[in-house]
Amino acid sequence: MSEVVKKFMYLNRKAPYGTIYAWEALEVVLIGAAFDQDVSVMFLDDGVYQLTKGQDTKAIGMKNFSPTFRTLGDYEVKKIFVDRASLEARGLTQDDLVEIAWEDFETEEEIENIVEVIDSARVGELMNESDAIFSF
Amino acid sequence: MSILHTVNKSPFERNALESCLKFATDGSALLLFEDGVYAALKGTAVEPHVSDALGRLKVYVLGPDLQARGFSAERIIEGISVVDYAGFVDLAAENGKVQAWL
Repeated sequence: MSEVVKKFMYLNRKAPYGTIYAWEALEVVLIGAAFDQDVSVMFLDDGVYQLTKGQDTKAIGMKNFSPTFRTLGDYEVKKIFVDRASLEARGLTQDDLVEIAWEDFETEEEIENIVEVIDSARVGELMNESDAIFSF
Repeated sequence: MSILHTVNKSPFERNALESCLKFATDGSALLLFEDGVYAALKGTAVEPHVSDALGRLKVYVLGPDLQARGFSAERIIEGISVVDYAGFVDLAAENGKVQAWL
């Protein structure tokens, strides 16, 4: 069995519910967790809307997949990044976003919130450092 | 005959709202729904354009779509009215035509 660990980045640029992209991306992240790679999830442009708190889809008759984001920490996802400029252009701050906790069940290491707001230059660097980028 | 304009695309991803605001004549109605609701929020880069339009258009936003995306009525620009699905139907009925900016 190959032990090569690759850096996977899932890049999210679409708002939730208006199109199927956000939901499909989340499915792929959850499936990808089975392959034990080094995974990061990046949100920029309208993708930052996927992480807003308080989503309630009862009245539009669609599945609310927002709570699933909070479980990403349980699927070996330890790095979640949000582009600061994308938030600012939309009048949002980190307070508007869900918090995603992470815990290593072996070492019991805990991180309260793995959602990290970063500058655009850093987004570019992280893309360069990735072995593969899955774009949604 | 009056027109109800509808915009269901994000103003940050498509130019549907921009074109709508350019061509909608004074006194028309504009309903923001689906991803179009993001244009109704305060503090965004497109707020100045929407606020300008409020002086000459009646602007509405579909509540269920706002709620789905995690935003309450307090987050929307003053002067925009929140409507439900029945309100959407009323707007379509009150106006002679519906122009959907897809």
